[in-house]
Amino acid sequence: MSHSDLSYASAKKLSTMLKQGDVSALELTSHFLDRIRQLDGPLNSLITVSEEHAITAAKAADKALSDGTATPLTGIPLLHKDIFCTKGIKTTCASHMLDNFVPPYDATVVSRLNAAGTVTLGKTNMDEFAMGSSNETSFYGAVANPWDTDRVPGGSSGGSAAAIAAGFAPLSTGTDTGGSIRQPAALCGITGLKPTYGRVSRRGIIAFASSLDQAGPMTRSVEDAAMMLNAMCGIDEGDSTSADIAVPDFTTLLEQDIAGLRIGLPKEYFSSDLDAQVSAQIHAALAELEKEGATLVDIELPHTHQGIATYYVIAPAEASANLSRYDGVRFGHRCDNPKDLMDLYERSRSEGFGDEVQRRILVGTYALSTGFYDAYFKKAQQVRRIIANDFQRAFEQVDIIAGPAAPSVAFKKGEKAADPLAMYMEDVYTLSVNLAGLPGMSVPAGMLDGLPIGLQLIGRSFDEQTLLNVGHRFQQRTDWHLNTPTLAGAIS
Amino acid sequence: MKWEVVMGLEVHLQLATKSKIFSGAANRFGAEPNIQACAIDLGMPGMLPVLNEQALQYAVMFGLGVGAAIGKRSVFDRKNYFYPDSPKGYQVSQFFEPIVGEGLFDVPMSDGSLYPVRITRAHLEEDAGKSVHDAFADQTGIDLNRAGTPLLEIVTEPDFRTAEQAVAYLKALHSLVTYLGISDGNMAEGSMRCDINISLRPEGTDELGTRTEIKNVNSFRFVERAIEVEVERQRDILEDGGRIIQETRLYDADKNETRSMRSKEVANDYRYFPEPDLLPIVIDDDYIESIRELLPELPGPKRARFVDQYGLGDYDAALLVSTRSMADYFEATVAASDEAKLSANWILGDLSAAMNRDELSIEECPVSPELLAGLVTRVADNTLSSKLAKQVFEGLWQGEGSADDIIESRGLKQVSDSGALEAMVDEVIANNPAQVEQYRAADDGKRKKLSGFFVGQIMKASKGQANPQMLNELLSRKLDS
Repeated sequence: MSHSDLSYASAKKLSTMLKQGDVSALELTSHFLDRIRQLDGPLNSLITVSEEHAITAAKAADKALSDGTATPLTGIPLLHKDIFCTKGIKTTCASHMLDNFVPPYDATVVSRLNAAGTVTLGKTNMDEFAMGSSNETSFYGAVANPWDTDRVPGGSSGGSAAAIAAGFAPLSTGTDTGGSIRQPAALCGITGLKPTYGRVSRRGIIAFASSLDQAGPMTRSVEDAAMMLNAMCGIDEGDSTSADIAVPDFTTLLEQDIAGLRIGLPKEYFSSDLDAQVSAQIHAALAELEKEGATLVDIELPHTHQGIATYYVIAPAEASANLSRYDGVRFGHRCDNPKDLMDLYERSRSEGFGDEVQRRILVGTYALSTGFYDAYFKKAQQVRRIIANDFQRAFEQVDIIAGPAAPSVAFKKGEKAADPLAMYMEDVYTLSVNLAGLPGMSVPAGMLDGLPIGLQLIGRSFDEQTLLNVGHRFQQRTDWHLNTPTLAGAIS
Repeated sequence: MKWEVVMGLEVHLQLATKSKIFSGAANRFGAEPNIQACAIDLGMPGMLPVLNEQALQYAVMFGLGVGAAIGKRSVFDRKNYFYPDSPKGYQVSQFFEPIVGEGLFDVPMSDGSLYPVRITRAHLEEDAGKSVHDAFADQTGIDLNRAGTPLLEIVTEPDFRTAEQAVAYLKALHSLVTYLGISDGNMAEGSMRCDINISLRPEGTDELGTRTEIKNVNSFRFVERAIEVEVERQRDILEDGGRIIQETRLYDADKNETRSMRSKEVANDYRYFPEPDLLPIVIDDDYIESIRELLPELPGPKRARFVDQYGLGDYDAALLVSTRSMADYFEATVAASDEAKLSANWILGDLSAAMNRDELSIEECPVSPELLAGLVTRVADNTLSSKLAKQVFEGLWQGEGSADDIIESRGLKQVSDSGALEAMVDEVIANNPAQVEQYRAADDGKRKKLSGFFVGQIMKASKGQANPQMLNELLSRKLDS
């Protein structure tokens, strides 16, 4: 197998090759590390390459492979979004504030994937503290979309999406607070799954908005996402909000027939906000699912637009408290020569946080202030309940909900950076799923002017299985997920 | 004008759980700085709180102990403020829905009466760390050992009118929580810290005056003194026609005055909102009943039982039940002596005095209940006069063995043999004819005084061992005849 084949091979394929001895974990690791070194310059998808850790892990994986103690993920190279704490590896959350932060612990997801034998190659770029939809708010610079380096990869897990699209690893973790896995997955043409809130432990993931944050797999195929999700899920005593609910083997039911499955199309997801050409492609994708025997049903999610306002009260409110710990006292950035305590706080935080983070802290602080709490935070909590009820009613009629993951294809860098409201619209189809705590997934479902389009599937609470099943059947019928961009400097 | 003082108390009680409220770090006082703080206590990125169930259990025990409504659903909230010893920039507390609701707590007063105090609420929260100002020159150190220590904040209605009531409440609260075993109640170490809300109003009016809050008073005595000086300060202002500023004040024990804290503290907007990292606590009746079964007999019911079962006075009963170990000591003494009142007198009298003198607690007392019961028994059967008994008690305190051993070794047995006593009386009468003459010539009033001479002589002759009751009877019979 040639090297370029290795770069875009699925984790499932690589797993078989490793087991058969066609390639060693160390060779695989070296291959991807070389590729990152060679090609990531213009993309800027990684903040840290953890070569030493990777080589140690790869050697351990090779030993496990020869001992017969390997799991399906043993020796598979993987990237972590730089929001996951990694013991001994710098974890910045793409912020100046944590430029010097090396955690003394692994996030639960990281330790579970380590235990499964994956090899961490490095940490991916992202929007600062996961606040953004274009990966332009990173302290380490914007990430470019591998399909067109003048365009954004989406965000906040933009580095992970770009890296998977660029063939830097078959697997990456991401986090999704309002669409941060699904929207960049759509814009970069990869598969991204946000599990049900509580399915995956949040312990060791740097918090943005605690009631919305959820980690999930970002991969090139649904099959790989299922395999990776198996290793990520399950109750964690270190996270009180992780759910005590049985975790199925998500890989076993992928081939299941979907004939008779009812797929709901919310009319609000196909309104004038949606680019007409994207809409046409989404309908074409849905027609493929009809051919599998699924039925399309028109439904309503009447409070979809209130979702944006609701989200932009709750998420910043929680963030304003979550980010208070960055005060220059115990870790992270501290200003030089503070003259007193207030000066220490004010300068450390003003210097450490970028504009978007500061904007959201201010908005959140305002929404929680005396005299505004009832009008903003409390009201938002009430609307959140109404939005969740909309979904619940819809799921009385249908088994899953489908629509676009983003209103358009990847936009140009800088195009929306100066207009926060336009940027916030990027997440109109994704963030109400977080408000309702439901699982959602984006799979590549078309191309427009050489740029990928993502189909979003939304499931019932804790029913990731149906999403994966439908997504896999779709990828059996189509090859959008096999498309690869041409990278500057790549030797084909 | 006559003024009425109106006070409500807030007590921060550290719960004696093994580990912290939201982490597995040890919950102990006095370790080297920052060795009992884990990543959660330090507010490290990505770390999440997990509720210590023992803290919940202790809070429910307290609620049941004051007969309060237990919240079937209670919710943690974040209280936002920046301070270097608050690692997350917010304190996890319960604001909107506390675990313990309204209750009524009977406080025993020194006259034996009960003063009912309305409990408004009690909620769980985490303690902050400490700023250390004296360890480094020109710099402040932060010790986060205390960060995450479970606290129960107990709030009363403005039911107190006097410092005595406030202190009696605190003592009763201290007694309750130590009975429950949910706190060591050690005020000096900060396990029980008191905030006093205090205002004055013209007597006979209903409207509350502007209040001040005195923070973190850490002994019963300081509470009393802080109230006295603050009442005086407010009264002076009001009588001069001034107005009280609503503010937080600190009590300075050295200067015996209260003084204003920075106004910045008062202007805080804490921006409470539900803590998304913790699920609401939902408990049912079965859980509450299972906790109720863990409760020991509490001071209130025990006090009533002591009055009823042992025939003690209200005041003595209240003193004996003030700590569980004191009450247990009493009951063990009674069990071994079958003498309730006498046991109570000895425990509250000589034993307490000796413990105070040597600064020992009842747990450290060198005299076991069984040893004391031996003494009580010998007093009850007239082997010992009260005077001799004091000597025996000293022997017990010095570890000289049982009461009977000491009576034997010190030769302290009371002479109750009527023949021997009569011989002594006859001898004294024979040897002192002048005094006998004087006595017989005197009237009843004077006779009583003059008989003391004969008692003294006989006690001297008997080395204090003559049974005083028998002696008095014998003397009056012989002298009056």
